[in-house]
Order: sequence, then C-alpha cells, then structure tokens
Amino acid sequence: MTTAPTPLRVIKARRTYYENVVRTLKTAPISAWFGMIVILIYAIFAIFAPWLAPHDQSEIIGKAYQPAGEACWLGCDQIGRDMYSRLIYGARNTIGIALITTLISFMVGGSLGVLAALQRGWLDQGISRVVDAFLAIPVLIFALMMLAVVGKSIVNLVIILALLDSTRVFRLARAVALNSVVMDYVESAKLRGEKMSWIVFKEVVPNILPPLITEFGLRFCFVFLTIAALSFLGVGVQPPTADWGSMVADSKTLINFPVTTFPYIPAPFYPAGAIALLTVAVNFVVDWFLQRTSGLRDGE
Amino acid sequence: MANDTKRVKGDILLEIKGLKIDGKSDDQWKPIIKGIDLTLRRGEVLGLIGESGAGKSTLGLAAMAFARPGCRITAGTIVFDGMDLTAADEAQKRGLRGSRIAYVAQSAAASFNPAHRILEQTIETAITHNIMPREKAETDARDLYKRLQLPNPDTIGTRFPHQVSGGQLQRAMTAMSMSCRPDLIIFDEPTTALDVTTQVEVLAAMRNIVEQFNTAAIYITHDLAVVAQMAHRIMVLRYGNLVEEAPTREMLKQPTQDYTKSLWAVRKLEKPESPNSDIVLSINHVDASYGGKVKVLDDVSVQVPRGRTVAVVGESGSGKSTLARAITGLLPISAGDISFNGKKLSRALIDRDRDTLRRIQMIYQSADTALNPRQRVRDIIGRPLEFYLGLKGADRDRKVVSLLESIELDETYIDRFPSELSGGQKQRVSIARALAAEPELIICDEVTSALDQIVQEEILKLLMKLQKDTNVTYLFITHDIATVRAISDEIVVMHKGKVVQQGLKSKVLNPPYPAYTELLLSSVPEMDPDWLTNLLKKRAKA
Repeated sequence: MTTAPTPLRVIKARRTYYENVVRTLKTAPISAWFGMIVILIYAIFAIFAPWLAPHDQSEIIGKAYQPAGEACWLGCDQIGRDMYSRLIYGARNTIGIALITTLISFMVGGSLGVLAALQRGWLDQGISRVVDAFLAIPVLIFALMMLAVVGKSIVNLVIILALLDSTRVFRLARAVALNSVVMDYVESAKLRGEKMSWIVFKEVVPNILPPLITEFGLRFCFVFLTIAALSFLGVGVQPPTADWGSMVADSKTLINFPVTTFPYIPAPFYPAGAIALLTVAVNFVVDWFLQRTSGLRDGE
Repeated sequence: MANDTKRVKGDILLEIKGLKIDGKSDDQWKPIIKGIDLTLRRGEVLGLIGESGAGKSTLGLAAMAFARPGCRITAGTIVFDGMDLTAADEAQKRGLRGSRIAYVAQSAAASFNPAHRILEQTIETAITHNIMPREKAETDARDLYKRLQLPNPDTIGTRFPHQVSGGQLQRAMTAMSMSCRPDLIIFDEPTTALDVTTQVEVLAAMRNIVEQFNTAAIYITHDLAVVAQMAHRIMVLRYGNLVEEAPTREMLKQPTQDYTKSLWAVRKLEKPESPNSDIVLSINHVDASYGGKVKVLDDVSVQVPRGRTVAVVGESGSGKSTLARAITGLLPISAGDISFNGKKLSRALIDRDRDTLRRIQMIYQSADTALNPRQRVRDIIGRPLEFYLGLKGADRDRKVVSLLESIELDETYIDRFPSELSGGQKQRVSIARALAAEPELIICDEVTSALDQIVQEEILKLLMKLQKDTNVTYLFITHDIATVRAISDEIVVMHKGKVVQQGLKSKVLNPPYPAYTELLLSSVPEMDPDWLTNLLKKRAKA
C-alpha cells in the first residue's frame, strides 16, 4: 500500500453508552429502583466500613448484652462489642466473601460450560457426568463435610462453595452456549483459525451474557445465604470477624428475652433482617433484568 | 385457464376498503399497511407480491381479520361474504377461521404438531367446527390426499409429520385447509422452502384443487414466476402501499410502474462466460460422510478455474453444502484428495496453517447467524485484518473503511451492530469480512437465497465487480437457476452426493441434457403464465 493514508474521520456513535444506560434506567419499575438503591447503600457500607463504623469490629466497648443506649444505639453483643459497628463490618465480610465466591464459580463453571458446549464429545461427557454426581449431593451437607475435612478458614470456605456452585453455573452456561455454538459466526471463527479462548470469550460468551448475569444475581443470593447458614452453624466465618450469620447465632438467645428498650426489636433481627433485605433487593433487580433481556412484555 | 372470465365476474367474496394496520416497534406504533383496497371474487386467485416488509403477509392475515401480536388494525373495513369482520366479535371470527377462511403457512414443518399423526391434524378443524362426523371427515381427508396426488393416500395419514418429505407435508397442509371446503384460502409463501422439482408438484396440486372446488385464494409470494402460474390477478405491494394491480397476463406483458419493472428486470442479469485453464482448486474422487455411515459425497471431482465462478447446483440433500464443508476442512474427507494451488490440502481444519486458511474464505446464506450480533462492524471486518495481516489501531480502521467503500457502504456504518443493518447490508458486511483476508477462493453458500430479488441483484452485481477488481475465485453454491445464469462461468450439477455434470454454462444450460439436469432445469418456473400447464402436459405425455 503506497497510497497516502486517508485521514480517519471520527465517527460518532448515534447514542453514547451513558445515554443508553440512562434510557434503560428510566424504564425501570419501582421494585427495581428499590433493589438498586438498597444494593447501593449496602455497597457503600461495605466499602467504607472502617470510616462509617463508630468502633472496630472486635473492640469491646461495653458490658455483655448491654441494651441500646447512647454509647451503642443497637446495643452490645455477648462480649460487649458494638452491634451497629459489627453490622457494618458484617456487610463487608459477608457480601465480600459471597461476591468473590460467586465470581470464582462463574469463571470456572462458565468457561467449562462453554468449552463443553463447543467441544462436545468426551470432554462434555466427562465434565457433565462429574457435575451430575456433584449435583446429587445437597450443598449445605457437602460443604459441612468438606469444611470438616480441610478445616475452617475463609479461604477454604470460598474455594469449597465456589466449587460446589460452579456445577450449577456449568449446567446453565452449557445449556445456553449450545444455542450459540451452532451459529455460523462460531463456525466462521473456527475457519479463520481462531484459538479456543477467543471463540469462548469473544464469540460465545457475549451472546450468552444476559442469562448468565441474571443467574449471577440469583447465585449470589444463594451463596450469601449458604455462608450465613454455615456461619450460623459455626463452621463459616470465624470470630472475631463480624459476619451476619454468626451474629444471628451469637445473639439468638436474646430472642427469648423480653424487650425492654427502644426500638423494641430483638437483637438477632438486625443481622437476619440485613440478610433478608439484601436477598430481596438483588432478586428485584434480577427480575427486572430478566424481563428486559428475555423480551417478555406485559400481556404477551 | 379457460374459465378466467367466469371467475373474474363471480360474486364478490371479500372486500377490503381503506385498510390501515400499525405495528409496534421500539414501543412506537408505525404503519405497516397504509390504506389498501382489495376485492376478491368467488373462485378467483389473487397474487400478492412484494419484497419482505412490503406488508403482504400482514395483509393476507388481515383478510381473516387477524392481526399478529404487536399489530393492530386502525382503520378500514373487511367485509367477508356480507359480514363486516372489523365489527365482528372474537367468537364470530373464530367461527370463520379454519372453516370458511383457511390459511396455509410457509413452513408446514413448523405448523404441524410433531406429536400427532397427519390425519388427526387434517380433520381437526372439520371436527371442532362440527362440520362433519369423524368417519366422514377421515374418508374425505383420504380423498383430498388423492386429489393432491400424495403417495399412498389411504395410509399416509397414519404417519407423523417427520415421516414425510417437505413437499408432501406442504400438500398435507393444503388438504388440512381444504377439509372444511372454505370459501377462501390464504397461501403465504407455501412453496418458498421447497426445492424446484418438488415445487412443481405442489403448485400443480394446489392449483388443481382450488379449481376443482372453485375456492377463492390469496397467494402471497415474492417469486414472480410462481405467482404467474397461480394467480388470475396480481397486486404489487411496497412499503404497505399498493403499487400496481392488473390481471396476470397484462401485468407480465406491460407493467406500468417503475418499481414493477425493476422487479421484472432482475431475472435478466447474465454474465458472459469465459473459460480459464489455470486451476486453483482441484477436487479429486472425494468421498465424505457424517458418522461414517451414509456417503454424502460419493466420488466427487470438481475443477475450479482461477478468477472464475463455478456454480454448484442441486436440490437440498444433494451434498452441495457438504462439499463446501469438505473443502474448508470442517468435515474431513474419507477418500480422495483436494488440491489448492497445486498443493494438497490437509483433510482436517486443525492441520492447516494460517496462510492456507486465509486464502479460502466462506460467505454464508444467513448473514443473521454469520455475523456475531454482539460485535460491531468495525470488529467483524477488522478481526481478519488483525488476525491474518497484523493490522492494528488506526491502520486497521482505515482498511475497514476502505473495505466498507468497496462494498458500497460508507464509513458511518463502522460502529453499527448487525441488528442495525438491513438484510442486504448484513450480507455486504459478510462479503467484506471474507474480502478482508485477501483470499483467492471464496465459497458462497446460498448467499442470495434469503434476500429479496432486488437486493439479490445488487449483491450479485457487487460480487461480479469484486471479482473483476481482485480476480478472486467463487465457488457458488445455490439451488436457484436464475442466480446461476447470472453469475457463473461453469456449472456443476449435483444429485444425491454425485456430480451429474460439470461444464461451461453454455454447455450445461443447453441440450443435450443428462436426465437429471433436464428435470431440474425444466422445473424452474418461468414468467410465462402457461408454463406450468404446458410443462404438466409435456410430462404427462412422456
């Protein structure tokens, strides 16, 4: 090419990414807005926990089971730590762990699922049967068993839950990828000589993203609940790290005590309520997203 | 068609006046039909033609006062046999549909329930509308099968839809629509999905039965030659408006509107052939099969000269697409060899080096599935540039723009997603993607079959221009003889996995023909309205 390069004019997209996001948000229903705002508040608390919490999560500031008052407005726990501060740190720990776990499970399960759909044959058969075997065992029992074997630590917890959860992700990713891998654009990429990683991440994954993102939200809720459940049972997040599940467990005896002080809510309800509210909020957002991407409209 | 006059002068059966229909897209109502009048008399067949998006199917469905989900009738009246359907309630309309107005859809395979036997489905409407008792309906269905010349009319009804061929299923669907002896049948592209040899039989059967029962029909198609055989009168639609309306013979002889003339002109495209002895691709005694059992390619030998177009023609199942898969290495061949530029190609795709892959490119029938919907034009065309030629950043973009210019699109298209392009534009982008690799051979697999006639012509002209500019070779797989005539230098006729004939266009398209080539060529509908009648007479004699 000896010709002088023609100057490249800047071509403006007809609608910027930002404008698209705003347009989409304008159509969101109230439930989705509620969910997004709740998630945003949780995220702020989780990220800025050290600045927002009045005390450290393991700092003892009062007597055991001290009722709510000026010093600690949600009261103290069984060894005199500030409930409010622990609730804030709990957001960071519980949500953080659940998020990391879900991310790992999606990376593992998602890429294996797409790969199995692309390759078919023995690879698909092999992974699918192993996954089937895993799916036959209830998650909570399996996780309890594994934690008993390898020992209780946050890293172990994350790895075990991610592994168990990735089997669910694998099934979904494989099923949706099967519709995409038969498309001519995948064949065209194969004919071009593209590497498998390109085909998986550039050709197939972008097309199966909507159901995967939806699933991500739901799986996040499940992982989050499982971690809370494991912590409640004493094998999850270990003290002194604050965590909503173990906070419910620690203060569960208080549920039987007559409530004497304002705001008359038994202590276990704070962490339990935090768990429930986040789960509901994520579900609202996911529902909206699912409805939008699947093209379902009212009355059709 | 001796009783033409009688038909045109029959009682008025359907009268549509000032019909307007809106369709919803992007949450806005946009007009699809912009005020159309239509009259149909008893026993008359009306042809509706136009490109996709012209509103012909919407109009066809409106004749039964039906609007698809996302569509609504906003103005006008539809009077069927003295009854205003726009004012009728759902129950009244339901009573008419199936019993007095029937509908034959394009894809019989998608319209039959795969879980029930054909006979059950044929008589279903007659029974639910309480028109006749079951035994009578069954006898009648068998009689209809016989009239439609289905093989084994007495037992074919006991089969499931997947156990009969596409052409037979289409006829079974016609029998279904006839089961209540409707006054009006709407045929919506009933033969578009069929091979030409099958199409002839189905057309003959449908025309025959409509004549026997003096049924009125609306025949919707984009194929002029087909409508010429079927209709007494033709309406040309475009963008929801009526362009022209006239009796068939008059319309064929002298269309008055420019748009109609342009529709007629498409079939006249023809490239002069030119031989070349420099062979770029040589396929020698190749066998291939799926799963090692049935041979899909059986001792196939084809020579492809450089810078020319070789058209591979045949019906579905003839192995022409498999031939493409064998050449590209997607389906490794089991015997024989394929040489490219004198060097043997590795059988499997995985063993070929990047430069060999670059030299052979492919364009697909459906650009909808061939272009990744999540990639922009910039990346779709840019990827081969980056992958094969190592172009990056602004260099790559500049080359993409120059490729866009070569396919007659301007640079504003660079940031579009495939969903923001029309069908023809998408196919152009696929062509640009193939060209980006600077290939020597492009395999075109039915690249124009999914396009409207006018767009087809543009794409074919573009391909010819690009061949002139770059001396690229095309292996053009198609079932459409008009396309073959337009673009090819040489023709390969395939049937049941074997090559029936290969030679220059002038040789293959002129007698003497091998038997199969003759059958194939004679089955291609012509614009002459007497073509089908004459063909059937000739075949009956032979």
